[in-house]
Order: sequence, then C-alpha cells, then structure tokens
Amino acid sequence: MSQSRLDVPLPVLEAREVTKKFAGVTALNSVDFAIRPGESVALMGENGAGKSTLIKVLTGVYQPDAGRLAQDGEAVTFARPMDAQRAGVSTIYQEVNLIPLMSVAQNIFLGREPTNRIGLIDYKRMYADARTLLANYGITVDVRRPLRSLALGIQQMVALARAVSINARVVIMDEPTSSLEVREVETLFSVIAMLREQGIAIVYVSHRMDEIYRVCERVVVLRDGRVVHVGALSELPRVDLIALMLGRSTEKIERTGVTAFTETSASDAPAVLVARDLTRRHQIDGIDVSIRPGEVVGLGGLLGSGRSETLKGLAGVMQLDRGQVSVDGKVVRAGSVPAAIRAGIVMLPEDRKAEGIVPNLSVRDNIVLAALPRLSNKGISSRAKQDAVVDVFMRRLHIKASGPDQPVSELSGGNQQKVMIARWLAMSPKVLLLDEPTRGIDVGAKAEVQALIDELAAEGLAILLVSSEIEEVVEGSSRVIVLRDGAIGAELSGPDVDEEHLLAALAGGAGADGAPESEDAR
Amino acid sequence: MSEVTVRGVSRATILVFFQRYGVYVAIAILLLFNIAFTQNFVQFDNLRTQLVQVVPVLIIALGMALVIGTEGIDLSVGAVMALAAAIIPLYIGYGLGPVVVIVIVGGVAIGALNGTMVAIIGVQPIVATLSLMVAGRGIALLIANEQLKSVVDPSLLAVGRDSIGGVLPYSVLIAVMLVVGVALLVNRTTFGKQLIAIGGSRRAAELSGLPVKRILLFTYMISAGLASVAGIIGTARLGASVPSTLGNLIELSAITAVVIGGTPLSGGQVKVGGVVAGALLLQLISATLISHNVPDAYSQITQAIIILLAVYIQRGRAVAR
Repeated sequence: MSQSRLDVPLPVLEAREVTKKFAGVTALNSVDFAIRPGESVALMGENGAGKSTLIKVLTGVYQPDAGRLAQDGEAVTFARPMDAQRAGVSTIYQEVNLIPLMSVAQNIFLGREPTNRIGLIDYKRMYADARTLLANYGITVDVRRPLRSLALGIQQMVALARAVSINARVVIMDEPTSSLEVREVETLFSVIAMLREQGIAIVYVSHRMDEIYRVCERVVVLRDGRVVHVGALSELPRVDLIALMLGRSTEKIERTGVTAFTETSASDAPAVLVARDLTRRHQIDGIDVSIRPGEVVGLGGLLGSGRSETLKGLAGVMQLDRGQVSVDGKVVRAGSVPAAIRAGIVMLPEDRKAEGIVPNLSVRDNIVLAALPRLSNKGISSRAKQDAVVDVFMRRLHIKASGPDQPVSELSGGNQQKVMIARWLAMSPKVLLLDEPTRGIDVGAKAEVQALIDELAAEGLAILLVSSEIEEVVEGSSRVIVLRDGAIGAELSGPDVDEEHLLAALAGGAGADGAPESEDAR
Repeated sequence: MSEVTVRGVSRATILVFFQRYGVYVAIAILLLFNIAFTQNFVQFDNLRTQLVQVVPVLIIALGMALVIGTEGIDLSVGAVMALAAAIIPLYIGYGLGPVVVIVIVGGVAIGALNGTMVAIIGVQPIVATLSLMVAGRGIALLIANEQLKSVVDPSLLAVGRDSIGGVLPYSVLIAVMLVVGVALLVNRTTFGKQLIAIGGSRRAAELSGLPVKRILLFTYMISAGLASVAGIIGTARLGASVPSTLGNLIELSAITAVVIGGTPLSGGQVKVGGVVAGALLLQLISATLISHNVPDAYSQITQAIIILLAVYIQRGRAVAR
C-alpha cells in the first residue's frame, strides 16, 4: 500500500519452484512465493499443507531439493538458519525462542552487546538502548528483569524488537497471537503497521480469519504441498478462502458417499453427556455440549478453533478455568482423567504415537492398559482375564497382528488405532471422544474405523467426533457443532448437515441458517 | 517399518542378538577364561565368595532397574546404605528383627522424599536423587557422629558371614528371594505393568487414567527399601558400621549392571534376568582382573568401556527399529 506504483521494488524474499521431499513424501511441490518490501502476506493452509516446511526453507532450516531462493532478484542460498538471519529474514514463533533467565536487555543485545573501551559490556548503555528500543513498541518495562518474569505478549514483543533491531527485512510470524491478550494483539497489530511503513515485509501465519483479513493484503494458499491460490484478500470472500484451504468447491456438492458412514438415528433418550460453559483462557470460551446415547455429534472447526481443547476439557486432560461436565446427571470432578474415565468419558487422543500407544509394549498390554485393575485379583494381574478381553476385541475390531504378544509399534497405523479403541471399549464407556480417529491410516482401515463408529453409536454410545476431513464430519455426524476462535459459532442439524452449510459456518456465519451473527463483533 | 537392505537386516539382527544375549555371552567367555587360566577359580569357596560379594550391588540394581524402567534414575541408593549402617548400632540392642524394620522404614522414608520430589513436585529424577545422595550421607554421618562402630550382634553377623548348611550363604539366599520377588512384581502385578507403561509413554499412561504419581512414588520407595537391605547385608559382612564409605559409588555399579543387562535408560522395559547377569558380569570382570594382578584402576576403566559398549548396542537397536 505504501509503495509507489511507479517503481515496483523487487521481492525482498522469493522462493522459485521450490520442492522439498521427506523420505519420498513431497512436502513442497514446485512452490513459488514472493514478498516485496512493506508488504504483508498471509500464508494459509490446513495441517500438512506445507506451511511450516516452506517457512523452514525460507529461514535456512531446510535446504530445498529443487528450486532456489532469491533476494532482490538475486539468487541466494541459506545453508544454515544463521545465513537467513544475516540476510535479514527473522522468524517469530508462537513459543518465544529467547533465553528466559536472561534479562530483557541481554536478550535484545545477545551476541552484540555494547562494550566500553576495555571490551567489557557497557550495561548502562545496553539498558538505555533497550529502553529506547522497546519504547518504540509502546512497551515500558524494567529491562533488567529476567525475560520469563514478563507476560508472554511482552516476551513476544521483545523477540520482535530483537529481530527488527538486527536489520530485519522480512519478519515471519507463526501464530503470533495464539497466547496474547486482546490488548496485546492490538499492540502487535500497530507494531506490524509501523514495521511495514519502514519497508519491512511481513509473512503472517495464523488460523484466525479475522486477523488475516485485518493484517494482510495478499494471501498465498497451500494445499498438499502446492500453491493453489495467490491473490488479494480483499477480492477473496472467507468462504472461498476456506474452500481453497480444504480443497472443496463452494458450489453445491452432492453427497458423495466417500466414507463408510451410514445414516445414524439418535434416540430420544435424555443426554448422557452434558457440558456447560467450558472455558479456558485463550483456548475455549463458554462451550456447551450435550450428547444423547447413540448420537454422533461432529465437532467442526478449522485448526486452532478449539476442537481438541474441547475434547481435552471433557476428558479431564486439560484443566478448565470454568465449566462443568456431567454424565447421566452426575457431575464429574474437573481436571482429572481417572475421574472422567470412572464416569464413563474416554478420549482417543489426536497424536496416537505420542499420547496413545505405548510403543514398546505388546498389543495385549496396550489393550488392557486402562483396564488392568479390573483384570486383576488384588493387584496380581490375571492372564486369563486379560486374554479373554484381548481376544474379544482383537476379533471384533479385526486387529491384524501376528498375535497379542506382537509389539504394537510393528502394527500399521490403522491397527494401532483399533488397539486404542479396544483399550477404551474394555472400560465399557458411555461417552467416546474421538480426535481425528482416521488420521494417518490407510483407506481400508479408515472405512473399518468409520463403520465401527457407527456400530458403537448404534449400541448406545454417545460419540463426539473431531475430524479435519469435512466429509467425515458431515457423513459421520447427525449433528455438527461448529467452533470458531474457541467459541461455538454455529450448530447444524438435520438437513443442514452438509458440506455447503458446514463450509459457510466455518467461514463465519454467512449462509448458515440459524447461525449467530455475533461472531464478527468480537 | 521401513525397507532395509539385506546388509542392514543382518547388521540389525546381530545388534538385536547382542542386545538380548551380549551380557550372557560375555559371562560365558569370562567363565571359560577363568576356568582355563585362573588358579583355584573353580573351587567352591571362591565361587561362593564371588556370589557373596555381588549381593549388595545386585540388590541395589534390582531397585535401580525399577526406577530406570519408569525413565528415572536413583542416585541416592549409596546414601541410603550409609543411613542403614548409621542406624544399626543405635537399635541393635532390640535384636535383629526390630533393627531390620527400623532401618527399612528409615530408608523408605528417603525413597518417599525422592518419589515426592519426582512424581508430585516434578523435579528431574537425577536432580532429586542427587540431592538426597549428598544429604543422605550427611544425615548418616550426623547420626553416627562421624564414628566407625563395630557391630558384634551374632545374628546380624550371621546374615553377612554364615551359610545354610555351610553351602548357601544367607545373604545370597536373601538376594535370590528379592530377585524372584522383583521378577514377580514386574511381570505378574498390575503395579509392575503400570510402572513399565509409564516408562514407555508417561503421557499415554496419564491419558489412560493410570495413577502415575502414586506408582512413581512407590517405585522410589521400593528402590530405597532394597538399598536399606543392601546396607544391612553390607554392614553385617564388614562387622562394622561405616557410614562414611559404605555404598560409596555403588549407584554407578548398579546403573551399569542394569544397563549392560539390557534394560534401556530410556525406560519402558525392566529385565530382571538381565540385571542379575549384569551384576554377575561386573563381579567377574573385577575378580578376573584382580586374580591376574591387574590394578583396580584397570577394572574401573574396563567397566567404563563395557558401559559404552552396552549403550552403543542399545542405541544401535533403536536405530535399527
């Protein structure tokens, strides 16, 4: 905006036909990306689209397998992150990557401290310079305090000040507002405006649509490692942007039946799970959920909208600031996994490898992990009782393993997921929370897991389903709660549960019947 | 599983073999060497002495293996032995039974402190147990008034020196019973299974509703309890309470025994048979070197090389997977 049209400057950072592969998987496929001085570009895409790989290529963390980088029209190579920094490319991560125990001033001047005549650090000057520098960002703090004693927002601003004071020409911001207060976000935005006036280019990565439209002029959308759209944000309605990210067309989409779900019919029984006002600062805000036995409720929302956090709050994995969960009318003690499990709420975690399976244990030990105390006599584990349970579930869920003694790490992703489901079914739960149950598993296993979800619902389980795949949510659920920015944005039921309505609801209300319009007021 | 070349497979297979059986192969080689070249090695008295000498390290290593199985470490075991040594002369007048109970209660209290720091406060195991490794011996020296006291109670001395029917030393019998007990605990109880699951993936264990904190607490208490028993046996064998040196650096020998026995420091596995073999191997190495008049310093260097080798083999296996 501030650039004159007469002499369009050369891009301050450019990627040309960059390709990056990991063990045969193409993370970036001939990607072009360019940003000019003073410009702000949003980099958008769902999980696995290639955003973070592109950022890492631009900052010298990864080397491209093909293609190259250029600055001011001339080819450059960033062999190490240090090279990128020297060339003026800085990154601000959501987690501040400074040294928490050092003072604010030391962090800002780390490695280039002002010195006096005999080469010792001139603290007086360093503190004064730091104060002046931070004042430009509207921050007045005691620069001698250790960094970690400050609020996260301020820490981030210190990181930004450090980056800019080291000749930054491009600042890449990865989810910079995820842990900021509203007021701090405003400060950040005014700082961004100031930086742009100085001719510094901003690459902005965020899942928050409101911010993208406020901060950025242009958008680059990645999907499956390719650039699928480049253009001005002012000409791209939100619903189209989301459709681009998810790879959907916004025209009327027929029910394709690509998943193994069949039509489910929920009973009229009273809700088994009732959650009220689930709230945790910065993550979820006043979420109400109720599910009847036999009902599959989808929890829709883009990445970062609070889907996983809602499940974690329900399962007692995450502490809540406010809110109450009850099962069959009885209140469940908050923030305790054992209490939630005793009440009948179990959760299949999103990250199966890190949070689900215990890789060095056998299939048997993994299945009985939660149910061990039930399958024991006074603390002595009973092999007979275990084998009975393991046998039933291995057969019922068609777990393909050489036997119950095979290490679970040798199983395919789909079979590991079934082992996880078996672990929870062995606890005879009432409410099943599924976080991305079919992610990273092959097509056949996916269909089996989807059919199993139906089957379990038909047996009277209440199921809450989170999935990034829009057709899985639409076809699997009889009702969909749509989250936006940590709050319920819309609820779809009956004939409204289709891709068109869901896309509209994800985008922020327009077009979704009955969706509250209050979202834009935030 | 990714594709592996034929050469890779054979390499992985060799690594897995040594990871599982390397310690037994080493024992066999050393036994054969000693039978061939060491005078009086195959004599009954010598073999019995070797077994008696290995008992304290073995008992400590059993507890250490449990702690390592949870992805922890317990450096305070030597200090707990010293504490046992310091307490014994104070209460030996009440007889062997009461003194054993008092010593174990005292040791388990130290373990409870370790466990509280690790499980509830969230201090790193190495830091928590290091603090009690230092403080524990200090407490022991305070109790003993920094004095060396001889212990003359005949029943206590018998634990250290006598054998059933002149064949099976009491201390060895105790160690065998503890080995069996720990093996049952690991393989046949809910506690043992949960302990291993925590070491394998603490996050998964927490999300599965396991009482992670309680299990960690108990594990450190068991380790300290076993160290107390080792302290009693060590004191009985010396016939003296020597809190300043008893159990000095034994934590390192115990960790070595556990690691060369195939229990990985990364947790999630406890190999009780391997612990026994590891302790025996360490004993055999030092006995072999001593009987061939190699200075003790070389024995220590050899131990270091064996640790590196064992850790290398384990790492190799992790890579091969």
